[in-house]
Amino acid sequence: MDFGLSEEQELLQATVRQFAERECPPAVRRRQFESPEDQSLELWRGLVDLGVSGLAVPEAHGGAGLGLLELALAAEALGHAALPGPFLGHALAGLAVSLGGSEAQQRTWLPRLACGECLGTIAFPEPDGASQPEAWSAKANGAASGVKSLVPAAAQADLFVVGVAGPGLALVERRAAGVSVEPVAGADRTRRVGRLVLEGAACEPLARCAEAASRVRDAALVLLAADALGGAARCVETSVEYAKTREQFGVTIGHFQALKHQLADMALAVEPSRALVWYAAHAFDAIPAEAPRAAALAKAHLTDVYLEVARATVEAHGGIGFTWESDVQIWYKRAMFDRAFLGTPAVHRERAARLAGW
Amino acid sequence: MDLSYGERYEALRAELRAFLAENWPPRGEDLALPRSEQTFAFRRRAIAAGYLARSIPRQYGGSEQPADSLAAQVIREEFARARAPGDARGIGTMMLVPTLLERGAEWQKEKWVPPTVLGRTLWCQGYSEPGSGSDLASLQTRAELVGDEWVIHGQKIWTSDAQRADYMFCLCRTEPDASKHAGISYLLIDMKQPGIDVRPLRQMTGDADFNEVFLTGARTPKDWIVGKRGEGWLVSRTTLKHERNSIGNADLAKSTFDALVELARRTRRDGRSALEDPEVRQRLVRIEGYVQAHLASSWRQLTDDVRGRSSGILGMMNKINYTNIGQEIAGLAQDLLGDDGLLDPTGYERQPGEPPRGAQGWLVQTMWSLGVAIAGGTANIQRNVIAERGLGLPRDAAAQRSA
Repeated sequence: MDFGLSEEQELLQATVRQFAERECPPAVRRRQFESPEDQSLELWRGLVDLGVSGLAVPEAHGGAGLGLLELALAAEALGHAALPGPFLGHALAGLAVSLGGSEAQQRTWLPRLACGECLGTIAFPEPDGASQPEAWSAKANGAASGVKSLVPAAAQADLFVVGVAGPGLALVERRAAGVSVEPVAGADRTRRVGRLVLEGAACEPLARCAEAASRVRDAALVLLAADALGGAARCVETSVEYAKTREQFGVTIGHFQALKHQLADMALAVEPSRALVWYAAHAFDAIPAEAPRAAALAKAHLTDVYLEVARATVEAHGGIGFTWESDVQIWYKRAMFDRAFLGTPAVHRERAARLAGW
Repeated sequence: MDLSYGERYEALRAELRAFLAENWPPRGEDLALPRSEQTFAFRRRAIAAGYLARSIPRQYGGSEQPADSLAAQVIREEFARARAPGDARGIGTMMLVPTLLERGAEWQKEKWVPPTVLGRTLWCQGYSEPGSGSDLASLQTRAELVGDEWVIHGQKIWTSDAQRADYMFCLCRTEPDASKHAGISYLLIDMKQPGIDVRPLRQMTGDADFNEVFLTGARTPKDWIVGKRGEGWLVSRTTLKHERNSIGNADLAKSTFDALVELARRTRRDGRSALEDPEVRQRLVRIEGYVQAHLASSWRQLTDDVRGRSSGILGMMNKINYTNIGQEIAGLAQDLLGDDGLLDPTGYERQPGEPPRGAQGWLVQTMWSLGVAIAGGTANIQRNVIAERGLGLPRDAAAQRSA
């Protein structure tokens, strides 16, 4: 019985966190947030140099051969910093090829994804709330057709892992004919999204795609939960810091019990849920029978917590927290993304109920 | 990460099963003994085998095992499975024994630790007073040295087990001129004497799990004091590093949640099981998120223990986390009960540690979730602890002034 991080895992997380602190100080984050164009690839190249692009890619294909737990630890560190960039989609694209690709598909794509030469992403949600694999309607019979409404880093990606009816997964290259990308104005400017339109585009279905589609969905839920954990923890830190410096009535506002209790409740929402994320990631890696439900629970719980804590963070900052100038909105909007992307908490709670046989 | 126990602990599990199969339920000569003596006899054998009283030195009736939180967990699981008596419960083993081991005089340890560990000697705790709850150090019960005896006057409240206890460990003001915290001593008092009057305190469930204890000239020998005069506050804060019990009642939270799911399954709503109702499903899974987080956090803390690490702020959250979960469960249970939610729950026989049964059981449960939020430091006190010790926010101004 050992339910804690190994030294290597702690080191990995600390490394990503230090990178984020060093390379993404508030001014950089703000510049990227304000920029009309996505400028995050520069930060991404730094993460590629650290090996983050290939964490879960098997060693035989040039990656580090680690599990979802390690990806989740990285996701948490990036969420903590609200680091702009395409990590989420890229990590999931790599997992999709590892889990569902034929030997040849893995040989072709994984080394390129691992070294960051090729930027991958997932194209899952479709219009009208068709976020889950069971509801996908895009086709990949010879050629791919369909509309994918919210695709992370769509403007920069070289390779799309497209969710198709079945459910299944198919690879579509950006440069193929019949592929077009339109920008979508998302609230979270640290993770830009686009709309992918496929009109008879060349595609390559993943060989073992039926199982892979739902496995990748589960992995996505865990990574979103991990991002939410990191972001929510950061919100608590920021609020506590503010309470220790802002003065009213001649003392720092952290003296006031009403605020102390609110901050304690925020911490209480966040800290115990860390183990829920660990468990969901560990289940994905080691306890397959428990993985789908653990992922659904974690996504629902953490993304609810994140938005709740982000709202409380705005409140704890008073008027300044409501301004555009304050960085609190950056985490708040990241919380909106984590909560809405790939199914709201209600969607996953209903799934969790069904998975329990209720 | 590895959620299995591994070979070494599975071997221990097999050994435990063999031991339990042989020793519980009682057989042979033990069958002739009264129930309580059967329990003591069993405990003695379990201590000799190294399964119980593991953190207690042998010379004081324990088995003196090296600290091993995983072994303790496996032992708890197997004893629970066999419904065999585990370590003696109650405030005596939980608080007095560690305090005596750390601070007590040699003769005190010899006299009281062995029978308390066995469960033969029962204790109650004399801390809270009507005027001293969260601000415990303001307590007013006086003890005055007259000849070779302390003479005690005052009133204690919320005293569990006072009617059955042999002794009370009691905080008394012995140095009236000293400052608030420095005026308190930690005395041990025989409960069976004329100066002590125990009156049951009936709570909203109709039962009386607590008492008021009136001390009117109660007496105790001069040397029945733990630590020196005026050190009582410090003595009462003694905490020892020992194997943890079920952390934050996580297993109990889980079993109560499972019972809630069963309640939903059995409850009819609009001609079908309430478990099929979308609103109920949403609420159940929402609560389950907290339950699973609490449970997984208990594994995390167990691992921290094994590694000799502090769990930091997480360790300060167990009580309020469990409390909050209990209140969420109570809220949904009350809704599921529907019309039955207005029934009188008095008379229900609650089994601590067991999931509630029937409408009455659930109503008692909902009320107990309130009691739990108050006992041992209210939820707001817990928030203060998290904010001040966990988040490093300034101490409450009033508390600081009075200290």
